[in-house]
Amino acid sequence: MKKLWQRYCERKTSVVGLVLLVLITVVALIAPWIAPHQPWDIVGTPFLPPFEDSAHLLGTDTLGRDIFSGIVHGTRISLTIGLVCMIATVILGLALGAVAGYYGKWIDDVLMRSTEFFQVLPNFVFVVVLVAIFRPSIGSIFLAIVIVSWPPVARLVRSEFLSLRSREFVEAAVAVGHTNRWIIFKEILPNALSPIVAMSSLMVASSILLESAVSFLGLGDPNLMTWGYMIGTGRTVIRGAWWMSVLPGVALVSTILIINVVGEGLGRAWNPRLSNGAAR
Amino acid sequence: MSNTLIEIKNLSIALPKGLDREFAVRDVSLTVDRNEIVCVVGESGSGKSVTAQMLMGLLPPTLPLVSGTASFKGVNLATLTERERRALRGDRMSLIFQEPLSALNPVMTVGEQIAEVFRYHRDDTQDVRKKVIELLAAVRLPNPEAAYDSYPFRMSGGQRQRVVIAIALALQPDLLIADEPTTALDVTTQAQILELIRTLQRERQMGVMFITHDFGVVADIADKVVVMRHGEIVERGAASEVLGNPQHGYTRALIAAVPRRREHSLSEVARGEPPVLRVRGMRKVYRTGGGLFKRATEVVAVNDMDLDLQPGETLGIVGESGSGKSTAGRCIMRLIEPDAGRIEIAGQDTSGLGVHAMKPHRHLVQMVFQDPYASLNPRRQVGEILCSGMINNGMAQADAERRARELLELVGLTTSAFNRYPHEFSGGQRQRIGIARALALKPRLLIADEPVSALDVSIQAQILTLLRELREQFGLSMVFITHDLRVASQICDRIAVMQRGVVVEQGATEDIFDSPQHPYTQTLIAAMPGRLSPLAVL
Repeated sequence: MKKLWQRYCERKTSVVGLVLLVLITVVALIAPWIAPHQPWDIVGTPFLPPFEDSAHLLGTDTLGRDIFSGIVHGTRISLTIGLVCMIATVILGLALGAVAGYYGKWIDDVLMRSTEFFQVLPNFVFVVVLVAIFRPSIGSIFLAIVIVSWPPVARLVRSEFLSLRSREFVEAAVAVGHTNRWIIFKEILPNALSPIVAMSSLMVASSILLESAVSFLGLGDPNLMTWGYMIGTGRTVIRGAWWMSVLPGVALVSTILIINVVGEGLGRAWNPRLSNGAAR
Repeated sequence: MSNTLIEIKNLSIALPKGLDREFAVRDVSLTVDRNEIVCVVGESGSGKSVTAQMLMGLLPPTLPLVSGTASFKGVNLATLTERERRALRGDRMSLIFQEPLSALNPVMTVGEQIAEVFRYHRDDTQDVRKKVIELLAAVRLPNPEAAYDSYPFRMSGGQRQRVVIAIALALQPDLLIADEPTTALDVTTQAQILELIRTLQRERQMGVMFITHDFGVVADIADKVVVMRHGEIVERGAASEVLGNPQHGYTRALIAAVPRRREHSLSEVARGEPPVLRVRGMRKVYRTGGGLFKRATEVVAVNDMDLDLQPGETLGIVGESGSGKSTAGRCIMRLIEPDAGRIEIAGQDTSGLGVHAMKPHRHLVQMVFQDPYASLNPRRQVGEILCSGMINNGMAQADAERRARELLELVGLTTSAFNRYPHEFSGGQRQRIGIARALALKPRLLIADEPVSALDVSIQAQILTLLRELREQFGLSMVFITHDLRVASQICDRIAVMQRGVVVEQGATEDIFDSPQHPYTQTLIAAMPGRLSPLAVL
């Protein structure tokens, strides 16, 4: 574990990314205390540009709501969605992929055919349909994202398990009479983790993007101020009041970028051979 | 015109910092003349391949040339531009790699790949097809016309290596560098390829720099020998001198370590007792492809195999790749489910048992694996690896740890290995850990699947000695699976020769060697490298 940390710190970009990610997380945690206003409250003149009024540093939107407060509160939603969806997706994908890859035969066939069923549908359209069916709420968005995101994870885990299960050390474990559960968790899983870690950071980013896109279309949870919603409402007036959509957009893009940087750093630290090859 | 093709003077090549030594190659001088085969011999890490890469201009940037010169026909290779070098490569000097599968482009026909050499180096593109077909005939490929339009994946390993040789020889180079060209091949194929290289070299008066780790191969092919160790040359000379009267201790050790037929006292076999292993009619068929509407293709990996093994006895299963020997071992272990047959272990038929019913019998048979790098879980410490099996079979944690330490000492490692990870050990040490793991459950039968084929010759000898000692100490029976008859002769009481899933001959080791009955066994024995040579210690 210590070595992992050391290797992670060897790359400056990764360290900067991590510091920024921690900063964003802190903002998300203490959002109600640092946001000067409630995100939905109409607190000032509408259409106030940024940096003109010190009370509304990033300006106000079409209804006079404080944009800075909106972005800060949006951080909460985005990070929560990203994290929770990632965890749920990885658990689901891991379970199904491991079973398919380890047991093979008909279980594998059934599971892989069902991932194909999910993968032929365009992700975003599928999410929108699901949210529309369930009625828009944070819970239904979360569920929809997990439903469309697990197949790639399952396929990745399956392929890792497939190649690892025929390794000799796994055969040795079978030979001393270990149970399937032991072999899956103690022998194979630790060796399959590095690509899964790399992929899960991508899952965080893509979940945040999916949620923003849904909110952008106005299908988001009507009670939550999210970046996607802000961009969506600001879009109609973008020529006159660019800041309403651009500022939350900047927040969204930089968060995604930072998560990707951290994810790549983690992946490299986990798999030192890969980073040596890339350095050349 | 001078006859010297390659002249290397005081060549030193650095290794990246932080490795166990400073130089990959240090102060190496050697020459290769026209019409001779110079064998560069050494174990892994001796710098022999780096020297060849340097000559071809294929050194990775992490290995800079520090001092010394290498010249080809009087031209200093280091001063050449990339363009001049390219003109030389493939035309005047060419290289054959170890692994013929990865050396060929899988999506291009064999003929096109050879024709490419002509098109690149020579402007005349007339009759290229005819020239290529002549070449394919020259490397003794059956039906060269058809081979031209064939793809590499349709060919066997030996045929692919012939194609690689054809590419290398297309433009009649003066120098051929062969980097372990037969290591990835079966013995019979190896013998053919060596013969081919030798013949072509004579016909074309080439100089050949032949890199190998196997003194048996050296004995078959070399005119001159250069022995390398840790990047330095320790001995050089004419083949007959070096092989017949080696001066340096390392050379002697290497020659002595060549597996060769050795008369050894037979293991003490307890005749009266019931057999440890009794296999009757074991059969395993692999099905590939196929689906709802298509019938699967079937490959019979093991066909009606019968084996008997007395307590204390060692049976060798010998065969080339694809002969089904590993499948047979894994069926006995029940790592693979056989399709038919009885497998009795210490009198108990295990063939029909389910996972849970099998568990109490598992510890009786343990396995030593081929690849020391794949057989230990890289994420677990050696101690955990050894203990997990014992704890799983009901031993207390403390007892298991104590026994694990004993086992480490038993296989010749220190107990400090306990808390270390597999990647901290060399291949030979890992194999010792693998053996310790197999012994942890006090098995009666050990199945060793090519346990030494991934190791350097000197390490091979140590591991074989260890296995022999342990066998005597614990009265183990052993099934020893190998492709190498020389290795088998050192440790086996009886040998079963397998070909395409069938045991074609079975008998005492001496009988197999002295009077092989089956033609396939005779071919195998005739193909053993170094059989007819003046090896000093033979």
